Amino acid sequence: MKTLNFRVILFAFALIFGVVFSIPSLTQSESGKKITLGLDLQGGLHMLLGIKSEIAIESRIKSMAASVKYIFDDEEIIFDALRMVDGEQITFELLDKDDVAKAKALLKKELEGTVIIDNGMKFSVAMTEAEVERTKQNAIQQAVDTIRNRLNEFGLAEPTVAKQGEDKILVEVPGIKTQEDEQRIRELIARAAHLQLMAVDEDRNIRVNTMSLAEAKSYGDVILPDVNTGEKYLLRAIPVLDGSMLTDAKVGFDENNQPVINFTLNGQGAKIFGDFTGVSVGKRMAVVLDNKVYSAPNINERIGGGRVQISGRFELSEAHDLAIALRSGALLAPVYVMEKRSVGPSLGADSIKASSMALALGFILVVLFMVVYYGMAGIIANVALIGNLFLILAIMSLFGATLTLPGMAGIVLTVGMAVDANVIISERIRELLYAGKSIGKSIEDGYSNAFTAIWDANVTTLIAATVLYAYGTGAIKGFALTMSIGIMASMLTAIVGTHGIYQWVLPKIDKNKLGLWFGIRTGGAK
Amino acid sequence: MEIFKYKKPLSLMNKSKRFGLLSVTILILSLGLIIGKGFNYGIDFAGGTLIQVQYEGQAPIEKVREAIDSDTSYEGATVTFFGGEDEVVIRTKTSSKALGVDVGDQIRTLLQETGNFEVRRVDMVGAKVGSELREKGLMAMVLAIIGILIYVSFRFEWRFAVASVMALMHDVTIAMGMIVLFNVEVNLDILAALLTILGYSLNDTIIVFDRIREGIRTIKDPDLGGIIDESVTRTLSRTTLTSLTTFFVVLTLYLFGGEIINGFSFTLLVGVIVGTYSSIFVASPILMWLGFSVGGFRTKEAEKLKREKEKEKMRAMYENGTL
Repeated sequence: MKTLNFRVILFAFALIFGVVFSIPSLTQSESGKKITLGLDLQGGLHMLLGIKSEIAIESRIKSMAASVKYIFDDEEIIFDALRMVDGEQITFELLDKDDVAKAKALLKKELEGTVIIDNGMKFSVAMTEAEVERTKQNAIQQAVDTIRNRLNEFGLAEPTVAKQGEDKILVEVPGIKTQEDEQRIRELIARAAHLQLMAVDEDRNIRVNTMSLAEAKSYGDVILPDVNTGEKYLLRAIPVLDGSMLTDAKVGFDENNQPVINFTLNGQGAKIFGDFTGVSVGKRMAVVLDNKVYSAPNINERIGGGRVQISGRFELSEAHDLAIALRSGALLAPVYVMEKRSVGPSLGADSIKASSMALALGFILVVLFMVVYYGMAGIIANVALIGNLFLILAIMSLFGATLTLPGMAGIVLTVGMAVDANVIISERIRELLYAGKSIGKSIEDGYSNAFTAIWDANVTTLIAATVLYAYGTGAIKGFALTMSIGIMASMLTAIVGTHGIYQWVLPKIDKNKLGLWFGIRTGGAK
Repeated sequence: MEIFKYKKPLSLMNKSKRFGLLSVTILILSLGLIIGKGFNYGIDFAGGTLIQVQYEGQAPIEKVREAIDSDTSYEGATVTFFGGEDEVVIRTKTSSKALGVDVGDQIRTLLQETGNFEVRRVDMVGAKVGSELREKGLMAMVLAIIGILIYVSFRFEWRFAVASVMALMHDVTIAMGMIVLFNVEVNLDILAALLTILGYSLNDTIIVFDRIREGIRTIKDPDLGGIIDESVTRTLSRTTLTSLTTFFVVLTLYLFGGEIINGFSFTLLVGVIVGTYSSIFVASPILMWLGFSVGGFRTKEAEKLKREKEKEKMRAMYENGTL
């Protein structure tokens, strides 16, 4: 027997590599890199969220209006008709001509990223396009971070939260067992978690049930309902505090052993809160979350230390989720669902079972066929096929690729197509043997003749797979990935691997037993 | 074992008109179906909600329909068995944007009285995402074809590229026709299947073309028809064998892969058959009709060879320092 050649050694390495690195995935052991199962196979929740970034922009305009008022009041510039127009710009009018230059300079200094147009005394301030874009991106990034924090705190295994495309957020949460859990997760994500502490307008609150929203607005008030009873409150529109001054939120229990949320304010918040409660003894202060009043206790004394409690007849799980949302911060802009897919764990398991069975059956069929049709050449091809399968698994494990249902179909298909290279080679060898060439020459020429066909065919398929990967989403990407890996692995195993094996065993091939070796009756070296 | 043993070339090109007629007829029928009846777009592309529910034992499908009908917001919802008798799929055109309000939850509440069940899958795609996915899918298809055209033109000749792309379109169109005919729901996985057909059929065609290219160099016949006949005949056994093994595998996928990949494997099944047929009977005749000239190709090849030889000579001279 000839000594081992580099092709066999390379193939042996590939095989060992394949087996070693696919073991963690096959045994599902804790250590080592392994293939992650897609949500369609292990069950879970997949969501594509959109974000209403126009809301973030509007609130930015609102805060610009507040700054304008603050700056001008501070500098004693007299102005009138401060308005927000279409949620895109603010307009106002100066009353004193002498203030124009001063106002312009102030606006330029204090309001970054804005375009200020003045028409004599009439001003309009809008955000620059870059600023609008920055605000949008900021809202998305902030939403991604907030949602990630919330899901991480919820305590489920490996949630994925990522920005997708320009303005979408991809959320994937594997391993959700019940519909109730799924609902809780959705609500947790959706929660704006906008916390405000607001003063009750005690002077007018008595008339709240007959007051119109417009009338309330004219007093600088808003009307908000109680979350449980629906009772209405008349509240001062400018809050005493908001959630941005919160440092921590925890679930606790009150004297009746009802779950409550205790939160802590930062230094500034604690001071404002202390001052406010100090001057408001005997009045009520409403704890408002996402525009609903949770409680409106009476202030009996000045409250220092910055500790506040929300009670609102919570379920324990509800209080828990609320605390997470408060801790993780508010969403700058609300999110909505663009796409949602949830797969129950039992369906995922069924899918794995069904496609594994198809894979095994298809594989056995192909292997048997090759042996029956080509004899030893078929066995050599099958070695390549098995090597190919291990290589696909190993490469996918190393990349930490996600195996999806179409991905499994991709593997099944690769098995069908990987034989192709072997068939082409075997047919070429047979042809040359019929033509009366020696076995060694037939093998060498068979490989070189078959090479261009295999190369061109695989490269074109690879082009299609690459495009599929670039344009596909989720499951399609998985399919394209497994197919591409399969094609490359099959080129290595079929062209290099089997060639090496032939060269290695060549001295053993008996020219009188071509039926056994190549499955043919006639031909052979003369 | 031997099935196809090369003895003498089949005379395929003489009969190319007949195959052409057959292909054109099926193509027209397919196009008619696609345009006339149109695709049954699933929720991936049309938007909407799909809910798969598994009951303990036989699914009370009539009760499910009644329950769904009782809510007017689900008008036009369909309820069908899925795979076995115990599972049903509910499809609605509704989708909910709010995270808190979920069509899946609402349907579950509606079904409460119908028996013991488990919701196995809820897929909801908003209309905007659906149309985006559709555009992206189409884009992927077009780009893949352009990429293939460029590569094949570069490796073979432009006529080979055009012929292979025409064969591809032939295959994909027929596969699409079958999808419409059998009312297969078109979702992302079907798109993947169509793109796989693209790859597979191309694979087949390229291997035949490779043989023709080789045949032009080695077969003495001056007539392209003769060369094609001989080349196709020589690859016939490979084409059939590979198609058979792939067919086996796809068939097992179709039979045992479960309902979820049924559409996918059905499409592939059609693709394997059509792709094999087209690589033998469609791609090569197109090459002939495009006026591919054997003489011209040989001259070009000879020139290429000459240029390479000259380059080598120059290099040799340069290395020897005689230049």
